Amino acid sequence: MSAIHLHFDVPGDDFTRAGEASGSTKKRLKALGYDSDAIRRVAIAMYEAEINMVIHANGGYCDVDVYPDRVEILLADDGPGIEDIDKAMQEGYSTAPDNVRSLGFGAGMGLPNIKKYSDEMRIDTKLGIGTKLYLTIKVH
Amino acid sequence: MSTYFHSVTLQPNLCCGCTNCLKRCPTEAIRVHEGKAHILRQRCIDCGECIRNCPHHAKKALSSTMEEIENYKIKVALPAPALFGQFNNLDNIDIVLSGLISIGFDYVFEVSRAAELVSDATRKLISQGKLNLPVISSACPAVVRLIKIRFPELCDNVMPLLAPMEVAARIARKEVKDKTGASDEDIGVFFITPCAAKYTEILSPSVGSKSACNGAIAISHIYPELTSAMEHLKVIEPLSNSGLIGVGWSISGGESAAMLGEKYLAADGIENVIRVLEELEDDHIHDVDFIELNACSGGCVGGVLNVENPYVAQARIQNLRKYLPISLNHLDEKDLPNMLLDGELKFDSSIFSLDTDINKAIEKMTKMEEILKGLPGLDCGSCGAPSCRAMAEDIVQNHAKETDCIFKLKAKIQKVYDQLKDTI
Ligand SMILES: Nc1ncnc2c1ncn2[C@@H]1O[C@H](COP(=O)(O)OP(=O)(O)OP(=O)(O)O)[C@@H](O)[C@H]1O
Ligand code: SF4
Ligand SMILES: [Mg+2]
Repeated sequence: MSAIHLHFDVPGDDFTRAGEASGSTKKRLKALGYDSDAIRRVAIAMYEAEINMVIHANGGYCDVDVYPDRVEILLADDGPGIEDIDKAMQEGYSTAPDNVRSLGFGAGMGLPNIKKYSDEMRIDTKLGIGTKLYLTIKVH
Repeated sequence: MSTYFHSVTLQPNLCCGCTNCLKRCPTEAIRVHEGKAHILRQRCIDCGECIRNCPHHAKKALSSTMEEIENYKIKVALPAPALFGQFNNLDNIDIVLSGLISIGFDYVFEVSRAAELVSDATRKLISQGKLNLPVISSACPAVVRLIKIRFPELCDNVMPLLAPMEVAARIARKEVKDKTGASDEDIGVFFITPCAAKYTEILSPSVGSKSACNGAIAISHIYPELTSAMEHLKVIEPLSNSGLIGVGWSISGGESAAMLGEKYLAADGIENVIRVLEELEDDHIHDVDFIELNACSGGCVGGVLNVENPYVAQARIQNLRKYLPISLNHLDEKDLPNMLLDGELKFDSSIFSLDTDINKAIEKMTKMEEILKGLPGLDCGSCGAPSCRAMAEDIVQNHAKETDCIFKLKAKIQKVYDQLKDTI
């Protein structure tokens, strides 16, 4: 089965550029004529995860594989890791610093939304080493 | 969809094949081949950007002429509110309306009246909780068409109401029929338009099949005749019947202001409109119920078929509004069904996707990325495509060849030259 592979570096030092990886992924999916509901879910889930990498982990990279029936996304960083995944997954839980809260982030809704919009989600995280988030979004 | 009509066209004799329009087209609908610009019809949304940006005035908008009204026994003018911003020191809309009568129309109906009804209907629908929020105004046809070909997930957010032009046409038609007993064929209804997109909307509606308008006459086309008629009026008839809400629709933010307190957002200028739609699509816009989008900067006063500078026109409209009551047209709830769109806005996926078959599309994109790596990445436009990426797409779709890129061509010539050099 054919696939498109996309790779993006997500810089941690320029907050204003966060969202570029999910934005260009969305553009590519549209050009493919991909299922529009799947595009929407990819765009939202990937955006949230990308922002998390920038806010909480000083950046990282993403790999996206587009198959005719699904999109697989890996978002990896070498940030601080997540101490308690169950807690992090709760709506409203956030350790976001004040400076990003003033921009409207830090509601603690990112991970819960990622879960809601993706069909499969797996977090590999080690304190002090980093976090890997694997997402699969299927065409329904 | 080969029958799709659009208004913006090229006058080849004036086109010098430069890259001004190419680079500014928001939907990448222009290519330059053999020294002339070509518009990819299906992609054009008639926003008028190329008309604004062509230094050689090679792009123009098709619209109806005053001669066309002679095909009808009863001639009806529907002036867009933007028309009222075109005249110096105008303090009375009746002068414009009487002017329209004196240049040959039998009947006038201000589109601003219908705009007030649409505002009323919008408020009702929002309060009844019947809309997908945030709801996007359906008034600007360039925006509606853009959503139809580029924003599949937003089609359901477009207001299910007819635009004021269409509402006005239907009401005016009915009034004339009731009053005169004339048949539909005898009545010619002409919108006095600030833009190309409205003419397109009449000939090829985005939803439904038939407009109640017969044509659209450019404001710039009737302007000389109309101003002269306005100066020589014998009587000023009391024809106007719209308030500040309706007249305000001609400027960006005017339609939103009519929402009277709903949480709204208003954006104008096609690039800004696209940015808002992108954000909306990604679910980044919250706490907004109503979204007003105008393809033209400043709103309809910025349409390319106006004569006056949009900001001057805007100031005049503001001034004119001062003397008007809030609103003179109020919706009778039983009329609401007549104002609904004639169908759903359906996404047209064929325009921007590489292929309708996803496997083929993936193959094409893989090829495209490969080609793109080999192109210089300058986005110079010399090949006739707006960017290297668009060029790669054209090559994959067999609309262009690699050596249309002058850098590729140069490299090829160099190679041939080097080979020849060795053989001599
Ligand atoms: N990549 C990551 N590295 C380290 N910690 C993370 C990472 N992603 C999330 N977290 C932790 O999980 C918490 C919850 O994340 P979530 O995305 O749900 O909320 P948020 O980012 O704090 O706020 P919001 O996403 O609503 O703006 C974060 O506050 C942070 O402590
Ligand atoms: S903003 Fe108004 S004038 Fe401009 S294209 Fe849209 S409807 Fe026409
Ligand atoms: Mg988050």
